[in-house]
Amino acid sequence: MSYVVQRLLTFPLILLGVSVLVFVSIRLIPGDAITAMLGTEAGMMTPDQRAALAAYFGIDQPVWSQYSRWFLGLFQGDLGVSSIYAKPVLTVILERFPLTLQLSLMAMVIALGVGVPLGVLAATRNERPSDLVVRVLAMLGQSTPSFVIGVLIIYVLSVFFGMVPAMGTFTPITVDPWASLGQLFFPAVTLGFAFAASVTRISRSSMLDVLSDDYVRTARAKGASPMSVVWRHALPNALIPVVTLSGVEFGYLLGGAVIVEQIFALPGLGRLVLDAITQRDYALVQGTVLFVAFNFLVVNLLVDLAYVALDPRIRLGSR
Amino acid sequence: MTPLLRVRDLHVGFGRDPKANEVVKGVSFELMAGQTLAIVGESGSGKSVTALSINRLVDFGGGQITAGSIHFQRSDGSVLDVTQADEKTLRRVRGSGIGMIFQEPMTSLNPVHTIGAQIEEAFRLNRGLTGAAGRQAALDVLDRVRIPDAKSRLAYYPHQLSGGMRQRVMIAMALASSPRLLIADEPTTALDVTVQAQIMALLAELRAETGMSMIFITHDIGLVAGIADNIMVMQQGVAVEQNQIDAVLDNPQHDYTRHLLKAVPHFSAGKAVRTDGHRVEGRAPIVSVDDLVVRFPVGRGLFRAKAAVHAVDGVSFDLQPGETLAIVGESGSGKSTTARAILGLNSHQRGAITTAAGRSRRPIQMVFQDPFASLNPRLNVEALLAEPAIANGQRKDAALHERMQFLLERVGLPADALERYPHQFSGGQRQRLCIARALMLNPDVVVLDEAVSALDVSVQARVLDLLVDLQREFNLAYLFISHDMAVVERIAHRIAVMFAGQIVEIGEARGVLADPQHSYTKRLIAAVPAVERRNQHFAVDMTQVPSLVRQAGYEPPEARWRQAGIDHQVRVEVAS
Amino acid sequence: MTRVFGALWQHPSGRVGLFIIGLYLTLALLGVLGLTPHPALKQFMIDRLTGPSASYWMGTDLLGRDTMSRLMLGIGQSMLIAFASVAWATLAGTIIGLFAAWLGGLWDGVLMRLMDVLLAFPAILLALLIIAIVGPGTFTSVTAIAIVYTPIFARVVRGPALSLKQRDFVDAARTFGSSQRYILSRHLLLNLVAPLAVQVTLALAWALLTEAGLSFLGLGTQPPTPSLGLMLAESKNLMQQAPWLMIFPALTIMLGILGFNLTGDALRDILDPRTQRRTA
Repeated sequence: MSYVVQRLLTFPLILLGVSVLVFVSIRLIPGDAITAMLGTEAGMMTPDQRAALAAYFGIDQPVWSQYSRWFLGLFQGDLGVSSIYAKPVLTVILERFPLTLQLSLMAMVIALGVGVPLGVLAATRNERPSDLVVRVLAMLGQSTPSFVIGVLIIYVLSVFFGMVPAMGTFTPITVDPWASLGQLFFPAVTLGFAFAASVTRISRSSMLDVLSDDYVRTARAKGASPMSVVWRHALPNALIPVVTLSGVEFGYLLGGAVIVEQIFALPGLGRLVLDAITQRDYALVQGTVLFVAFNFLVVNLLVDLAYVALDPRIRLGSR
Repeated sequence: MTPLLRVRDLHVGFGRDPKANEVVKGVSFELMAGQTLAIVGESGSGKSVTALSINRLVDFGGGQITAGSIHFQRSDGSVLDVTQADEKTLRRVRGSGIGMIFQEPMTSLNPVHTIGAQIEEAFRLNRGLTGAAGRQAALDVLDRVRIPDAKSRLAYYPHQLSGGMRQRVMIAMALASSPRLLIADEPTTALDVTVQAQIMALLAELRAETGMSMIFITHDIGLVAGIADNIMVMQQGVAVEQNQIDAVLDNPQHDYTRHLLKAVPHFSAGKAVRTDGHRVEGRAPIVSVDDLVVRFPVGRGLFRAKAAVHAVDGVSFDLQPGETLAIVGESGSGKSTTARAILGLNSHQRGAITTAAGRSRRPIQMVFQDPFASLNPRLNVEALLAEPAIANGQRKDAALHERMQFLLERVGLPADALERYPHQFSGGQRQRLCIARALMLNPDVVVLDEAVSALDVSVQARVLDLLVDLQREFNLAYLFISHDMAVVERIAHRIAVMFAGQIVEIGEARGVLADPQHSYTKRLIAAVPAVERRNQHFAVDMTQVPSLVRQAGYEPPEARWRQAGIDHQVRVEVAS
Repeated sequence: MTRVFGALWQHPSGRVGLFIIGLYLTLALLGVLGLTPHPALKQFMIDRLTGPSASYWMGTDLLGRDTMSRLMLGIGQSMLIAFASVAWATLAGTIIGLFAAWLGGLWDGVLMRLMDVLLAFPAILLALLIIAIVGPGTFTSVTAIAIVYTPIFARVVRGPALSLKQRDFVDAARTFGSSQRYILSRHLLLNLVAPLAVQVTLALAWALLTEAGLSFLGLGTQPPTPSLGLMLAESKNLMQQAPWLMIFPALTIMLGILGFNLTGDALRDILDPRTQRRTA
């Protein structure tokens, strides 16, 4: 149990570190905050207006008190106000988040659903033609960035099938599930493609390792069928590294969403970050980055707990 | 009467061209129902591959039977040639005909399933028992392998059991198929000697109860002396000798068998102790250890540890120049921790380690157990041997080079070894390298931590001879840490027996081995397999090592000692 | 060193990988030396949007610039950023990981928690945050990618370093009284070269990918300097009329990443004792 406790204890610590890093990095932006926020308009203000604005944003205070105010605000969901949308940052984020979450989850399902069976298949047919085909495909898949796949998918769909993938529109899954899943299908394939390839590779090599373990030999000595050896004895052990990988990859999916949403013109969190950066909406950049990092940390914590559930050696500790 | 198993001219190879890479080269033998065959050999002899060929598990390890036949009589009386059978038939044979247990009980059980689930699976596969019937069968079989409190153990995961318990679970699983033949591949090699005795006794009783045949693979001829009817000695893929057990042991025909019986250390209860070199009463010791205590904190509380493993708890002894003190004990006894504390590799909480002024700045050197792990694989021999000298401020000059050459020659390695890397040497040669390295600084004391335990038995004998020679030549004192009583008998002048972090008996070697006084020493010595004790039978003994984890602040009661001879002291046992 | 290259050349995917890397380095070098088929920035307005031909092997873009020449410069730019950022990440990560493992205790905890903080950001997002602060450009890309990969190298080094620290040969060195410097350099670092070599090669693939991704978003290399990602992004609106503008940059990016991935995989096969044991 101490492993879980340790994970739970370091979680807030890392969260604190993340918040400091985000806060500090925004302060590192050259020039004063008012100019940064308002651009050329700042030049037209009187010193009094500037001071009033500085007091309004609290940036006339020392840095540590600015930080503590900002940090305490986080607990009340106060991430500041977006200058481009003139709305609280959290509100803007929560409008955009469902799309990105659904996109990432769909990509994950596709990747695991394709990757694990392919990896297991390749491992059980080690060095035979089907294994070689899977390995070559996985290698190519891992070397193909999402923006290449995305552009290729759009090209093939539009030129060969005369189809234009639904660009720029998103129906929430609660409104019309099928339309929603359909709209995000190709973006999710794009996002999950490279992930599927690495899941395949990890599953294959982990499965190969496990298949040469002593307890698999024991299962065979008992007279277990090949199916039982693979699925019952080997797979639960082989999945442990796949689960670890999934946690790390979920972060890449959240990050990769930036690119995929850009390609398919989807109004998600990724596009929001890009817009915030190009339009210098620092409160929004800060809020979004923090929000995504928080989600990533939570997912990784969940993955660690899943890991514990899978492996009784960690769950129960040694004697 | 048809034999249960008849193997004819078996050839097994590995790799892409199995005919060119044969590991088993034409082995033939027969096994009658109810009989036990021991296959004895060192690593690379092909004994395990032969065993794995009988149920064709060798296929999954990349092996291939290239020639020969294996005829196995099934329970309905029909005879099956295993080498020709298809995988489906083989699965039935493995499930209900041939059971198998392996060397590593630690890794042979699936870590993610409970032992109950794993045993029940065997019953489901082989007897079609499911649900409550399977559970009951699993309970019964755990009782048969003498696992106490079987009901609650079913829910345990393998890592929650000790090595001996895990091997019992393996045996239970093999029994689930009511095998006519049980193949045991070095089933006790990874276990402590007293646990080994328990497992051997259990196997003997089960054989008597069920009437099954057994094939027992081992490197230790003494171990099978009491259990086997026939013995087959293998060397480099060939069976060099096979006969009834008494004939082989009393009248060996082949040179290699004679070598295994004579040159290899066998335990003989104090008859083979060294006669050279004696302890001189009153002579100043080179190292003395007084009341050494090493504890490792566990279960860390918020501010300080709530409990500690009492790895070493009040150990005292001294070592004179030129003598060997062997510390014997089983895993967890604290013998290696003692050695490491003397070298400063782990810190000690209490006690004094006093070293007399020696011949060099670092009078104590050490040789480790695993010759593969104790040499940096990326450095060549010259760099490896030079390291201790450089660390002590010597320069890489002609004199240093000369000393390296001298020591290499002295430990029996070629002079051109200096340019080579560790992976180019065999295990025995690497251990010689480690010995040469330990001697580079001209020490007074060498701590040998299980220094020959990882070596093949015949290599062991030669390294032991080298150690004795070096001791005489350089007047070295050895602190020899070992679990192996046969090896200790060959090299020790004095013996200290450690149990649960404490010395329970210490004294002159012959006295301790021939006339043990402490109950643990007696049990330890009784458990050592020996050719000459082959007709002695062991009762199943379930004694467990006590836990070493103690609450913070716990101090053991003060030791009282009883004199059992001129140089022979025994810790007085308190009834607990 | 030559032994490893020999083994790589014997390895089927290693040979393909080395060939690709060699080809890319050559093309990049030719680009830097100005030995492109056409001047990369020159606009041949008459030949706007022509398909692949004898004169323009890979066609021209909307402004009449030669795609192939621009790709050669783009490869050079990508390689420069990838090598520079991975070099920094390797150096920083190795130092941090090695000291965390060696010093242990509080140092280990603090250093590795700091690395965990960096790892809490998805890679692209952390890079974007850095770009938001400093503004896009070549130097920013190098810094951003280096910072993103430093914690990964720190972890890659710390794990094996911790296990090496427990190995008997390190204990042996302590019994001789070897200096910390000797133990760190001879016993730890020397044995870390193999896992590091694998990781460096794979990280180069990742760095190429990240650089191309940032340029694709318009936040990496800034025009007019040609970059593979931006060329691909710009091709999107013209893909019906001028598919070559998409196909060639896409292939160039894929092939480059593939080259490093293949080489890294082959290196792992050759250097990893686990796979050696399996084939033995």
